[in-house]
Amino acid sequence: MHNGSYSLYRNYSSCLELTREEEEALAGNKGEALTSAYRILVAIGEATGAKKLVPIKWAHVSGVNYNTIGDAGVQFLDKFSRTARVTVKTTVNPMGYDRNHPEGITEKFQEKQKGIAESYERMGVEPSFTCTPYEVFDLPEKGSAVSFAESNAAVFSNSLMGLRTNKESALSALASSVTGKAPLSDLRLEEGRNPKIAIKPDFEFESELDYGLLGYFAGKMIKDSSVAFNIPKPSTVEAKALSAAIGTSGSCGMFTLGEAKETISFGKKEAQAIMDEISTAEDGDIITLGSPQLGMNELELLAKLTEGKKFNRRCMIFCSRSIHNQAAKIGLTGKLEKAGAEFMCDSCTCLTPYVSKEKYDSVVSNSVKGAYYLNNSNKVKVALKDFRTLAKEYTE
Amino acid sequence: MTIIINNCKKIVGGSGEGPAMITSQPINFLAMVDPKTGTITDSKHELYGKSIRGAVLVFPYAIGSSVGAYAIYSLREYDTAPNAIVCTKADITTASGCAIANIPVVDLPRDAPAMKNGVVARVEADTGRILQ
Repeated sequence: MHNGSYSLYRNYSSCLELTREEEEALAGNKGEALTSAYRILVAIGEATGAKKLVPIKWAHVSGVNYNTIGDAGVQFLDKFSRTARVTVKTTVNPMGYDRNHPEGITEKFQEKQKGIAESYERMGVEPSFTCTPYEVFDLPEKGSAVSFAESNAAVFSNSLMGLRTNKESALSALASSVTGKAPLSDLRLEEGRNPKIAIKPDFEFESELDYGLLGYFAGKMIKDSSVAFNIPKPSTVEAKALSAAIGTSGSCGMFTLGEAKETISFGKKEAQAIMDEISTAEDGDIITLGSPQLGMNELELLAKLTEGKKFNRRCMIFCSRSIHNQAAKIGLTGKLEKAGAEFMCDSCTCLTPYVSKEKYDSVVSNSVKGAYYLNNSNKVKVALKDFRTLAKEYTE
Repeated sequence: MTIIINNCKKIVGGSGEGPAMITSQPINFLAMVDPKTGTITDSKHELYGKSIRGAVLVFPYAIGSSVGAYAIYSLREYDTAPNAIVCTKADITTASGCAIANIPVVDLPRDAPAMKNGVVARVEADTGRILQ
């Protein structure tokens, strides 16, 4: 088994140089919020071996859901947002619930969640509450440096949209949103975007779930920032499943299609090992879809698969408000609601209080990323099934 | 204590001391650590059941959610944070979370000798030294 250890050790010393203005902000001359932001940028600059900071065109910030950042996060953002303002276009990840569907969400959760949203809005972000900004907003030109914290968005945008971001953290993207800068390193450099290792499946893929399993495998195996897949061009639905899963299991932030110097095989045995790890139930009380939030392609596919049928259990579909509005205009949400599905906006499957162990023992999902967090964070068992299979098994 | 490792790369400055808690497995701070106790909650992890509070935590790098940076910050707020972190390759989540939580972080040099598990170690990030 490849252990990837060749790239684990440092072979450079500190070489990050700040401009005079940046040094001054770091020293505290421009207020506490900017000092914190530059402290973060210097730390991640050192960690990634950057020589300088460069302007970015867009920051996408995670750390919006109260279930993920907790009280410490609420307090941090409240204080930070009293003085900090975003200086570039900044979009934000999903929160914990849909503000139009507070049913079953405790008042405490709603209150904390509102506080977080207010902090971000005070800083001047676009209240997008989406983990798929690449499906919702106009993109800057190819080659643009951006700072995306949500891992599926970082992988998808690096790999398919030509944007350049490292796999940022919630706090590093926040630092970039208020400074408008990020370290020039790793996936923001041409040389960081050439994978050394390719993964080649040795069986025919049948569904988006196979792409999810491949991505999860890649994240675990590849210690570099990018990986090549020796596969035909995936569809948008497949590429989203692939991107989300890569981002879940490791540190890899980009894929290319084609070959590389070294090749690792991905067989049915490897796929089954991942299923054994994260598909922890045979069946589920409900179906939960949308990690990442579903886009128009997935909604169209699901509407086709469930045409003239009805789900025989609760089916929650998580998508952004923007996609929901688009889908509603062309009657797509109506078709899915006719099949018994419910829409939840502003939120996603991962760590939402809608899907808690108090309410459900197990759920059905097609998302490898969703399954990982449902198992580990929501503590709910998951039956992983692809769109086609679940539409067939759970409709009448 | 004597200097056992020189030439570490400073990621976040400062110094910290505590028993070395060493793992070869990456850590997912959001999904695997209980912020209220600092305990590793993933039964598949080799540090399962142990608290990282007050330790010099030695691990390769962090994995998983970008929100792990807030999870590290939460450790500071609950007073369950490690006193220092030593990585083989500090990642963005660890670096940014520790920058805000004031936890010193260094990366090990390529040929670093092994640290002794459970023995008190001192990390001096600004000079790049580890003593044990």
